[in-house]
Amino acid sequence: MSTVLIVAEHDGHRLSAATARTVTCANQIPGAAVTIVVLAAEPAAVAKEAAALAGVQRVLTITQAGNTHTLAAVLAPQIAELAAGFTHLLAASTTFGKDVMPRVAALLNTSQISDLMAVEGERRFRRPIYAGNAIVTIEVPPGAKVVATVRAASFVAAAQGGSAAIESATVKAVLPRHTRFIGVESGATDRPDLQSAARVVSGGRALGSAENFKHIYSLADKLGAAVGASRAAVDAGYVPNELQVGQTGKIIAPELYVAVGISGAIQHLTGIKDARTIVAINKDAEAPIFEVADIGLVGDLFAVLPEIELALAGK
Amino acid sequence: MRRVLVGVKRVVDYNVRIRVKPDGTGVALDGVKMSINPFDEIGLEEALRIKERGHADEVVAVSIGPDDVQQQLRTALAMGADRAIQVRTTSAIEPLQAARIFLQLVEKEQPSVVILGKQAIDDDNSQTGQMLAALWDRPQATFASKIEINGAVAVVTREVDAGLEKIEVDLPAVFTTDLRLNEPRYVKLPEIMKAKKKPLDVLDVAALGIDLTETLKVVKYEPPSQRTRGVMVKSAAELVAQLRAKGILQ
Repeated sequence: MSTVLIVAEHDGHRLSAATARTVTCANQIPGAAVTIVVLAAEPAAVAKEAAALAGVQRVLTITQAGNTHTLAAVLAPQIAELAAGFTHLLAASTTFGKDVMPRVAALLNTSQISDLMAVEGERRFRRPIYAGNAIVTIEVPPGAKVVATVRAASFVAAAQGGSAAIESATVKAVLPRHTRFIGVESGATDRPDLQSAARVVSGGRALGSAENFKHIYSLADKLGAAVGASRAAVDAGYVPNELQVGQTGKIIAPELYVAVGISGAIQHLTGIKDARTIVAINKDAEAPIFEVADIGLVGDLFAVLPEIELALAGK
Repeated sequence: MRRVLVGVKRVVDYNVRIRVKPDGTGVALDGVKMSINPFDEIGLEEALRIKERGHADEVVAVSIGPDDVQQQLRTALAMGADRAIQVRTTSAIEPLQAARIFLQLVEKEQPSVVILGKQAIDDDNSQTGQMLAALWDRPQATFASKIEINGAVAVVTREVDAGLEKIEVDLPAVFTTDLRLNEPRYVKLPEIMKAKKKPLDVLDVAALGIDLTETLKVVKYEPPSQRTRGVMVKSAAELVAQLRAKGILQ
């Protein structure tokens, strides 16, 4: 039997959709009993959401004022202490999971599997390397704890309908004071969240300016889509960093991905390979994005985007 | 002496499209162009800027691997590192082992700052910096896009999923670099000549007494499943019609 502990990701109010996807991964481990731990200053609301996920048996809360912000150095010793009773320890491979989990693994003297994308057995998993150009199958030796971050885009979100018991846990770990939270600058908007949106419209360098990204936002609004971008567009300062899709940005799996003026470097494609349908619009017929697109259109984006909006309106 | 320790990993160049060997035992690396991991190059550039701004006296570049890594260490010296250390290993190592090796160097060199790339573009693990910080029991500031050092503390801006997070850490600390931290300088020819005279020490990993037994076993390598090329349409109207026909749009 596998006892799986998932570290909940949240903003103090809501559970992250990535955690619900991690629950699905956990339940693919043979014989898994799944527990979610919520570390927060006031964990009640997040714990309630976690308990409502199907396939979750138990929710633990660790309540401390120091857990108000997600500082890896503060959270890691608490998670490591709690991990003693579990065979598997998982978190989503988001910037939160990537930051905290290796710190936990090192405290446990354990290696970590990053970006777990498929479960092949209790201790056998697959993950991408070289920006997704190769997939490795990895085995964790008997007796060693499995510590992994989970590539959320490779799993669907767990359904609602669970009714796990919520229990509070305490830890003895002394929390360090050498790391202090100052603040987050976020371009938070009313738009759908890029990581979990069903539709995403992304723009690349061909947009040419921050101002021109209004064409991307406009189409995204018509489609009810989130907005993403290539690394080139972020580097050029057209949009903020949190919109970057790809190997070093966000890995996403929307139902519909519309790539506008994005050539399709391998580092970008690795971020969208799990998308259901990819639409590419590019001036260059030779652009590599067309090799993976389900529907391609060669044309000038500034002419094509308004035409698409017209076609959408005239249904 | 205020010292910055920088990790420099030798990896397949960013522009090379690698192939899995037909027998599934690994990735074909014969004759492939090798470079400094791009995130480590950004780390080295940041270390040099920290020194240039007067917050450090010495920049030490560290690489772990066979003697081939000396090429990347020479490049690091040409970029401006003061000296280099190769920890010689003959087999591949895991991030936890790399972190243990760095911990030993940290205890010896007593740096005020350690900078590593946020991930290496070969194994894409994104672990070593966080693991070193844990073993060292010091702060970590990962995915840094801005590092401001003020005496014994640093304010670091981090690229996180929600946007830009700012944290303050006491030094010494471990930083890992994100893409937009800086743009690394080009190496000039005279610097390459000068770099040949800079010290490059070689330590055998056996002398550090670190257990290199693999804890994760790679069973096989496979190419990824490929998406197939779809249809090309001629117009925006046709595109929207296709999406409706597929049931993706109402």
